[in-house]
Amino acid sequence: MSIKGKAYIAGVYEHPTRKAEHASLAQLHAEVAKGAVEDAGLSLKDVDAYFCAGDAPGLGPLNMIDYMGLKVRHFDSTDVGGSSYLIHASHAAQAIAEGKCKVALITLAGRPRSEGRSGTQQRVAIPNVPDAPYEGPYGLVTVNMYALAAKRHMYEFGTTSEQLAWVKVAASHHAQYNPHAFLQKVMTVEDVVNSPMIADPLHRADCCVVTDGGGAILMVAPEIAKSLKRPLVKLIGAGESTKGPLGGNVDLTFSGAAVSGPIAFAEAGVKHSDIKYASIYDSFTITVVMQLEDLGFCKKGEGGKFVADGDLISGVGKLPFNTDGGGMCNNHPNNRGGITKIIEAVRQLRGEAHPKVQVKNCDIALAHGTGGSLGTRHGSATMIMERE
Amino acid sequence: MATPYQDRKIPAPTLNEGDAPYFEGAAQGKLMTKYCNDCKKYHHFPRPMCPHCHSTNTEWREAKGTGTVYSVSVTRAAGPVPYALAYVTLDEGPTMITNIVDCDLDTIQIGQKVKVTFKPTDDPKVLVPMFKPA
Ligand SMILES: [Zn+2]
Repeated sequence: MSIKGKAYIAGVYEHPTRKAEHASLAQLHAEVAKGAVEDAGLSLKDVDAYFCAGDAPGLGPLNMIDYMGLKVRHFDSTDVGGSSYLIHASHAAQAIAEGKCKVALITLAGRPRSEGRSGTQQRVAIPNVPDAPYEGPYGLVTVNMYALAAKRHMYEFGTTSEQLAWVKVAASHHAQYNPHAFLQKVMTVEDVVNSPMIADPLHRADCCVVTDGGGAILMVAPEIAKSLKRPLVKLIGAGESTKGPLGGNVDLTFSGAAVSGPIAFAEAGVKHSDIKYASIYDSFTITVVMQLEDLGFCKKGEGGKFVADGDLISGVGKLPFNTDGGGMCNNHPNNRGGITKIIEAVRQLRGEAHPKVQVKNCDIALAHGTGGSLGTRHGSATMIMERE
Repeated sequence: MATPYQDRKIPAPTLNEGDAPYFEGAAQGKLMTKYCNDCKKYHHFPRPMCPHCHSTNTEWREAKGTGTVYSVSVTRAAGPVPYALAYVTLDEGPTMITNIVDCDLDTIQIGQKVKVTFKPTDDPKVLVPMFKPA
């Protein structure tokens, strides 16, 4: 059974905070939940399904359903890092299509800024994780695992630091119009390549921001969406995949998007030229370049050229991306960018993005997430959405 | 620019059942790897069931300890000293996560030949394989 057109995204909400010193993690989840249901014109009493990932406290659904006083008949806590929420949206659509629920709430929240968590922290050895004894001693942190993929991409395809920098530059052009963005200053290629080197070849400005806050989305059955006063945005295709080091057959030149993307495009029945706007997971600049290749927006190896010279800037380039400023400049709550990717795509489809970055006649949009590590194991999720 | 190798505090791994032969080998200066008698391929990290063909007919074999740098990142802002995280493809086939040591880290190139060496962790009885220029 296809999920095409079986579920609508009726509510979205991005928390305006970027540093939440005085709010608990559970409180942030509840605040974004309330924001999303109110955006749809519904209330938390209408919610009959709940989805969350590893950022939720305790045993996820058990703690949060109790904390928020929800009454649900369906829940799911799939956790594959920052891509989890796009997978939740797809799973919610499946559950709605099967009649298991009608109003599904998905939340993400976190306080990494207040708690001092970032992408340069050494990982703690967790018992029973089979790969940990063979990886932990070598100082794997988030940024250097992505750096390994970037370095190999440069070696195989001649990608340059200047090309990667254009991803940040484009995001910064969008972020200047977002009053909530963590970084609002327009950046140049020189600004990016002259920022401090964190893990060769990734500079500080090749990395996303570390922010507190969160976001939520509300997926509903078609008859409920049509009873509400919001523009109609439906999910028409979704794909998910995982990729790892393959028992030692390591190939860092592609990501799981090479699998999840074609599944989503096939289900949606649309072409790349139909996509008017794309939310592309931007944990690091290299993440965007590789995902654009793997999703088929350009040939493998040509992602560097594709993003250069402003081609991701709304109103300027051929594929407007991350018009809220993305994880690069706006927000990457709890070091997980999945939900904000869906939220900005929905704003674009509704025509509710900032007028300076709103894409004209934006009827079909894509959102893609990569969670975990491009250099070792990651989850990939692609969503294609359409305004009705 | 030069970034000389410096010793780094390496956390001793927490072993799971079945990991001992690899680390006992390392303590004796041997790089141990896992070979599948059914599909005739090596894999890394080692496990009882071959991830390529799912056979449990696997055995430990000592690797030659030579290989080629697949990718490398000199990590400059994740601890007190810079270090080179790398993937090295062993001559036997599999590619493993490791560090490149005992050289100017800025000179390490993808495609460079390297050979194994062993560095102590914060438990001095536990050593882990790393690689240096061949
Ligand atoms: Zn086998």
